[in-house]
Amino acid sequence: MDDATKPERREFLKAAGASLVAGFPAIISAQTVTNAIKVGLVGCGGRGTGAASQALKADDYAELTAVADIDQSQIDKSLENLKKLQRIADRIKVEQPKQFLGLDAYQKVIDGGVDVVLLATPPGFRPFHLAACIAANRHVFCEKPISTDGPGVRSVIETSERAKQKNLSLVAGFCWRYSNMIQDTFHQMEDGAIGKLLTYYATYYTSPVKPMPPASARPAGMSDVEWQIRNWYNFVWLGGDSLVEQAVHSADKIAWAMHDQPPVSCVGVGGRAIPAEGGNIYDHFEINYVYPNGVRAFLANRQIEGCYNENSDYIVGVDGTCTIGRGPVPRIEGKQNWTWQGEKYDMYQREHDVLFASIRKGQPINDGKRMATSTLLAMMGRMAAYTGQEITWDQALNSQERLFPDHLDWKGSFDAPPRAQPGVTKFS
Amino acid sequence: MRLRARSRALRSSPEVLMMPRARIFLLTSLLLPAAIAVDEHQVVVAIRDRIVAHATPGKPGPYKVTIPNTTVSYEMVPIRAGEFEMGSSISDPQAKKDEQPQHKVRVDSFWMQAHEVTWDEYRLFMFERQAGETGNKDAAVDAVSRPTRPYVEMSFGMGINGYPAISMTQHAANKYAEWLSAKTGEFYRLPTEAEWEYACRADASPNASSLDDYAWYSANSHGKYQKVETKKPNAWGLFDMLGNVMEWTLDAYAPYRSEPLQNPWVKATAPYPHAVRGGSWNDPAARLRCASRVSSDPSWKQQDPQLPKSIWYMTDAQWLGFRLVRPGKVPSAEEMYKYWNSGVEQDTE
Repeated sequence: MDDATKPERREFLKAAGASLVAGFPAIISAQTVTNAIKVGLVGCGGRGTGAASQALKADDYAELTAVADIDQSQIDKSLENLKKLQRIADRIKVEQPKQFLGLDAYQKVIDGGVDVVLLATPPGFRPFHLAACIAANRHVFCEKPISTDGPGVRSVIETSERAKQKNLSLVAGFCWRYSNMIQDTFHQMEDGAIGKLLTYYATYYTSPVKPMPPASARPAGMSDVEWQIRNWYNFVWLGGDSLVEQAVHSADKIAWAMHDQPPVSCVGVGGRAIPAEGGNIYDHFEINYVYPNGVRAFLANRQIEGCYNENSDYIVGVDGTCTIGRGPVPRIEGKQNWTWQGEKYDMYQREHDVLFASIRKGQPINDGKRMATSTLLAMMGRMAAYTGQEITWDQALNSQERLFPDHLDWKGSFDAPPRAQPGVTKFS
Repeated sequence: MRLRARSRALRSSPEVLMMPRARIFLLTSLLLPAAIAVDEHQVVVAIRDRIVAHATPGKPGPYKVTIPNTTVSYEMVPIRAGEFEMGSSISDPQAKKDEQPQHKVRVDSFWMQAHEVTWDEYRLFMFERQAGETGNKDAAVDAVSRPTRPYVEMSFGMGINGYPAISMTQHAANKYAEWLSAKTGEFYRLPTEAEWEYACRADASPNASSLDDYAWYSANSHGKYQKVETKKPNAWGLFDMLGNVMEWTLDAYAPYRSEPLQNPWVKATAPYPHAVRGGSWNDPAARLRCASRVSSDPSWKQQDPQLPKSIWYMTDAQWLGFRLVRPGKVPSAEEMYKYWNSGVEQDTE
């Protein structure tokens, strides 16, 4: 692109702002719709609070009316931060009786007269939170991943079907699906830009995420359950491990390239190189998937400080290679060369724009099957690495291992199982 | 005056893109009777004491600094005091409205970093372990707040060693300056917009036909930033003032006035917009002029899905970096505090 045709960045940004308004069916104008959509938030951390802001920005008549968390200070902080945003401040209407605390608080939000529920707790809670939302006829924004174990995935698949039958909208936080830049890139490949797909290699090498504090930091008298939930990322039953919680974004793109069809099986390696401080997750994985047509996909992740970091996708076809994440925009090199051009939408905002527009129009959308497939794709990799065995899709889908306890008591004791050991840990 | 008590617990807020160190320390703080509040002003006073003790009179010249206890270094180039016409004249066909009216500005002498701050340098600030700071704690260094650890890979695949650091907020650049001052015993800060333009102009009129010789921009950058110091420097020995990555300045982005000014600095009263200079690998030649101005924008944090948004990263500004200056005169602690603490680092949109 030469100087004459390439708009300068500032003009670009302004133009993008304009097209967001004009081009998005999602923005509801004040003239046409005035009835409020009441929103409840379950999980008031940084991501949940962000999701609430995006929900309220998606629709001028959406208001936040109920919230749930395990910690009042987290609720206070969340509401305070939301009220700082001028555009939505007057639609933060969560009085004290609608601020619910505790492990059953999600149900009180669902029952508290809301239309839409935003699920943003640690993923272990997701399957039964989602089931409760759909049982009560609520539309849902559901953060990724959607479960930490096989039974949870199956529950979500069932719940998603029920949502469909009930004409409820269910939007998943697999954000790349809502990125115009990545959508365009996958459309190029669907249109044959790299020819027949041969292999997909994805990397997710980052610094540690939410590392476990030392045991000495645990306040006297804090129960196992509370301690583990407060440090949820470090426990497989709550977070699913790094492959399922973080690198699942890459698994989602692999699934996308495979048209959301499952692989036959996978093998994988993984382990823990830095002290786990009482957590039971790995800090590195590398998984090799095989698909029915012999296509291979490789997914590697690591969360160790001081190492080489990269978050990329190399999608190789007979006619070319598509590269995402080596440089700011995706490109295709081969028989046809292509580089993405344009202005990025805010994909997180787009998720909510789409959700609220679907509710206003009465045209429900349902990401349920897709979000379950992508989560299970990462999860089967974890199962293969943990056990040291080849794991088939059918095995993973029918896994009986329940990581999340049936009954959870905030004051209860709970021994998280020891970290998995390949060759010793059995698949179940 | 105590503006904002600081302890590690107050460093940042939880973020999905960025690892929330705060989360850990919030938990730890449950154990303590009260969070240990550090007076930001005391931190600055301690750093200034170190700078004053370190000061050695001598003739100003270019010199090299190796960041203590590391092998990472950078060069400082002396810039003499002087006067220049800031902005563009009405007769300049490329001039934008925001570059006018052209006005006389006088700036005092300073040193400027010869190259944009690289990842080699910036990562020492991001990761104290890599700066060798986890063993022997240096109280003054340790008291400076540091970025949360990013969840994602912040070079976006464009390269680390020898490449310019990108995607940091102005607040992060300010804190880097404070940290580097504590480390080296030399006072650093971002350049004002006037200092930046004065240094970029270098008393010379850049020859537009040779832009390829001294700048990485959209026509030659292959869609990414490039290693620093791989093009020719300007007349004063500064590399990549134009192109490669845009550079933060200290100033809020504000209209010019016509009267002459001395050492101007428009201190920001809102998170946006700040003035950013120099154009980048992503810009056309028309943007790569010493007078050209860009205003920072909230959309530069688009990929941060959390609230509050990170005060450390601008995930979508993959063409934005900075370099620092060292003024000839060491300012008072009060002034240092103002340079290093914008007070407007939290987004409100």
